[in-house]
Amino acid sequence: MGTTVTHAPAMEGLSKDKGSEPRHGPVKSSRPAALKRRGRRENLAGYLFMSPWIAGFLLLTAGPMVASLYFAFTDYNLFDAPRWIGLDNFSEMFGDPRWQHSVRVTLWYVVVGTPLKLLAALGVALLLAQSRRGQAFYRAAFYAPSLIGASVSIAIVWKAIFSDDAIVDRTQKLFGLNVGGWTGDPDMIIYSLVALTVWQFGAPMVIFLAGLKQVPRELYEAAEVDGAGKLRRFWNITLPLISPVLFFNVLLETIHSFQIFSSAYIVGGGAGGNACGPADGTMVYTCYLYVQGFENSRMGLASAMAWMLLVAVALVTAVLFWSQKRWVHYEEGAR
Amino acid sequence: MNAQATDITPATSTRAGGLRRRLPGSVAWHIGSLAILAVILYPVIWVIGGSFKRSEDIIGSLDLFPGDPITSNYTRLTEGIADISISTFFLNSLTLALGSVIGILVSCSLTAYAFARIRFAGRNLLFTLMIGTLLLPYHVLLIPQYVLFRNMEMINTYTPLLLPKYLATEAFFVFLMMQFMRNLPKELDEAARLDGCGHLRIYWSIVLPLCRPALITSAIFTFINAWNDFMGPLIYLNEPDKYTVSLGLKMFVDQEGLANYGGMIAMSLVALLPVLAFFLAFQRYLIDGMATSGLKG
Repeated sequence: MGTTVTHAPAMEGLSKDKGSEPRHGPVKSSRPAALKRRGRRENLAGYLFMSPWIAGFLLLTAGPMVASLYFAFTDYNLFDAPRWIGLDNFSEMFGDPRWQHSVRVTLWYVVVGTPLKLLAALGVALLLAQSRRGQAFYRAAFYAPSLIGASVSIAIVWKAIFSDDAIVDRTQKLFGLNVGGWTGDPDMIIYSLVALTVWQFGAPMVIFLAGLKQVPRELYEAAEVDGAGKLRRFWNITLPLISPVLFFNVLLETIHSFQIFSSAYIVGGGAGGNACGPADGTMVYTCYLYVQGFENSRMGLASAMAWMLLVAVALVTAVLFWSQKRWVHYEEGAR
Repeated sequence: MNAQATDITPATSTRAGGLRRRLPGSVAWHIGSLAILAVILYPVIWVIGGSFKRSEDIIGSLDLFPGDPITSNYTRLTEGIADISISTFFLNSLTLALGSVIGILVSCSLTAYAFARIRFAGRNLLFTLMIGTLLLPYHVLLIPQYVLFRNMEMINTYTPLLLPKYLATEAFFVFLMMQFMRNLPKELDEAARLDGCGHLRIYWSIVLPLCRPALITSAIFTFINAWNDFMGPLIYLNEPDKYTVSLGLKMFVDQEGLANYGGMIAMSLVALLPVLAFFLAFQRYLIDGMATSGLKG
């Protein structure tokens, strides 16, 4: 248990491949020519099977990334050829109060929404991990929002139930809070999006549950014999043993949150052509990127924004991977 | 895939006198679960009830279901949106979703097979690149891809939405299938190989049939993602008769808005139905697929 391996479970990759081929080493000396031919054939087969992916990678990922990096340093409106302007896009971006606002809104959404969602996911997973009658039913029901949550329909429903005089507003009035519906309030509307992402806790919950099921039961029994209370058992057994799964969830949910678009665009979008919320309340980063790129035809500026997002996400990923040495435990010899 | 799954029931390990201790715990457990269930289901029940209410009653009234249900919200939908029949939007979405499913199944399984079963030079590098794309924010590719498809005069066609699916750009599904394939016994390949089968035969006749669960999971996720997709169609489609259900719904909201709240809610529910149906039919595959994504296979 104590040993740490610096791989995320999902990122473990191919290093532990058992190898479908006969070992090359010992046979090599006897029949080198045949093996070489075989190796070449394997290479050919490999690249043939991979060819759709390779084409996609070059045409739709690597190529566009290079192009996007170039556009970031140009003034480009789709109709005239891109014109090199150096760092102007970046200086305009950093000085733009609306861009700064979109960064603040997005960070707020990520920092509040992701931990709440993961806490909900872990809490409910712990509850469901006690196998009782109906467990499978609850698990399925709690997972459902993760499938429909990204739809336009749910965004519309969300906008309705968080508006003035609807259920959320009425409920807070019961507690004497006369703040009105959230979707009409530029400061509150972002919390309706936080609520929407927390509502979709089912997907990380299912992953937590799978992790919890792999914790050996004997450990709890031994700990109970030793007189460890529930909290101690959670802190000293459960948490370290599910830390790889926790890491995976934190990584994916955080990266995902940075890219929120559809729900912000629809919950915030009004009939009056106001793209993202009253007073830009849901103007998250990608909404502003969309506005600049596709509504204002400023492809160069939008590319610069996209690259800033990439840098931010890469930094967060790097910090998370760096931090996992301190808190993520991988079982020795884990499959 | 995680065969050694054992349920953990820490509190019930001491069987003696268990029942007395378990009963209150069980009641609390069910109350807790039901409370969460109520919160989870509220929006879904709300939209079902709301679709039978008069527009002016939808927001203001707290009753989930109306005293005098009306069906005019639904009959109104048969008039279509902006003179386009609802069935057009459904057909468009269906075309895109099924096209995506075929693309993902073919391209991702080929890629996954190469990663899982073929030893070729440069495999580890390509694998690292693939995992990298899993973490890459899509928005970095949004603008250059748009420019590319625009230069190829493919705007307002389905090609920009479908082509990526046929080129295995969805690393998540490659990964899912690869995890599954790696756990198939290697002896199968070796036996087939001795019989003179090449990789294509092994892929088609042995590995693919055995991977059915992973293929079904990928197919359902792909269908649902394509059905829900909003940003792709928003950017690439600009003629309403090519719109998907998501775009049609958004157009409906923008055009009629509060004036026809009931119709909007009814349409929202209708748009959700295929996803809900898939979920009810295949929830096992979806949940198992999701659970595997976080664990080594």
